[in-house]
Amino acid sequence: MTSSTKPSECAAAFSAALLERGVEDERIVIVINDSAETHFATEFATRFPERVFDVGIAEQNMVGVAAGLTNAGRVPFVHSASCFLTARAMEQIKADVAYANANVALCGFVSGLAYGALGGTHHSTEDLAWMRAIPNLRVMAPATANDSAAAARALAAHEGPAFVRVISKTLVPEIFPREHEFVLDRALTVREGSEVTLIGTGLGTTRLLGAAEILTAAGIEARVVHMGTVSPIDAEAVASAAAETGRIVVAEDHVVSGGLGGAVAEAVVQSQPVPMLLLGVPDSFAPIGPAEWLHEHFGLTAERLAERITEWLG
Amino acid sequence: MTTTDLPQHAREVRRLALTTVHRASAGHAAADMSAADILTTLYWDFLEVDPERPADPERDRFVCSKSHASAALYSVLSTRGFLPEQELDSFGQPGSRLCLAVSCRLPGVEMSTGALGHGLPFAVGAALGARLAGSSRRTVVLTGDGELQEGSNWEAVMFAATRGLDNLILVVDRNRVQKGASTEEINALEPLEEKFRAFGWAVRDVDGHDTAALSESLAAAPFAPGRPSCLLAETVKGKGVSFMENDLSWHSGRMSEEQFQQALGELEA
Repeated sequence: MTSSTKPSECAAAFSAALLERGVEDERIVIVINDSAETHFATEFATRFPERVFDVGIAEQNMVGVAAGLTNAGRVPFVHSASCFLTARAMEQIKADVAYANANVALCGFVSGLAYGALGGTHHSTEDLAWMRAIPNLRVMAPATANDSAAAARALAAHEGPAFVRVISKTLVPEIFPREHEFVLDRALTVREGSEVTLIGTGLGTTRLLGAAEILTAAGIEARVVHMGTVSPIDAEAVASAAAETGRIVVAEDHVVSGGLGGAVAEAVVQSQPVPMLLLGVPDSFAPIGPAEWLHEHFGLTAERLAERITEWLG
Repeated sequence: MTTTDLPQHAREVRRLALTTVHRASAGHAAADMSAADILTTLYWDFLEVDPERPADPERDRFVCSKSHASAALYSVLSTRGFLPEQELDSFGQPGSRLCLAVSCRLPGVEMSTGALGHGLPFAVGAALGARLAGSSRRTVVLTGDGELQEGSNWEAVMFAATRGLDNLILVVDRNRVQKGASTEEINALEPLEEKFRAFGWAVRDVDGHDTAALSESLAAAPFAPGRPSCLLAETVKGKGVSFMENDLSWHSGRMSEEQFQQALGELEA
């Protein structure tokens, strides 16, 4: 499946693909809370200044304005730091977007631990849990630059409320071709294996793929599944993984409660219960340090994941 | 349509709303009475909306952020033909379209409200969308006054002024009370007019139970070129029903059959 291992910027790829769609589809607008540069909206704003609404530092108004723009037939993409978007505007996301079935794409940039030493106020390691608790809200987390671009195209083509967790600042290896398609609500097996299934989303996917390559050297053949859509989860793919490999590992740059691990576990216990290992940020706020150091600290690098998985498999 | 008919329409809206909340033993009758004249004037005199084409892209947009007045809104919508009067019987009943909080399940309702402080930001988005489309349609939002304690409103108030949205009208049902006490005791809104002016809005004050004055004020919008308009409608919570007027216990109180008959009688007086 590997087409290139050159690390690339997911947020830039997402935004470039959105701009391409924006050229074709003038319904697409961006609503943003300042920081256009951080969230890669400057090029769209240069090309289509009248289609970018910068509400300033006001997340509740940002999501409300986006919902109001759908009333006029527009297709708003809300660009914001995931931590502020999901927490500050959660009631607007629930009521004005999901309950109202408004066609708004909520794009959470700089997700997970990407803000690094800015600390716990800026880390977004609860967003998947919060967002996937909301009914009628599709929750997505693309894994690479090409996957992020494909997710932007899929969102532009699809009607309905969605939250997409975008990887920013952390470079990830590319494992998909440029023409890759993001199939909504479907898991994607990115590596075959029969002894254990490693399930990731967003940043976790390529980290687990790296771990699987280390495991194969130790004689363990791990399947790797990219769960690009966390809600609704592809329960069939989870059940197949449980039935065919007997053990499941989930790793995510998110708290271990309520995120992808929780979503997979809910599917597993209702189909084919198997032992699971849930890796991520434990029930704590992160210490101070850059994102790469935090990933190391929480054991979310390929090497550390491989160690922990090997130990667990015994 | 002439404004001389408006008091009669407002009486009918009050009668329907009281009947609806009494029959359902649910809802907020005092809020309905507070907003009845505003809603009647909007729907019978101001808004360009058509029950035959509730999704007409060029319709005026009305957002009822004052969701507690749902029975009054549904009542005025029924008088305008958006739903059969009979359907008011289903208010809050199993499987109904008529949620106790205003719901956009009903054609002609732009937005589901109930969580306070959501209507104005939505209306700002709708007004921006109208401008982007080059449309002259207007967006009107009705909020309660206690609701203005929600900070999200002030985010939207600033932004509407920044964008010079003179196609946007905010009507505040200024009855000066909220559930627990007067707005001024709990978290003071005054000086409200000065606040809106300081935030860049054009403001007018009106008797919110004088339909002719409401009509005249709405027709004057935008109150200043390039500015959003705020109409502070001075109202009485429970207006028209003597035992409800300004009595906090009627926020979500239930009428006895005797009280209900008395209330209907007072409307006819």
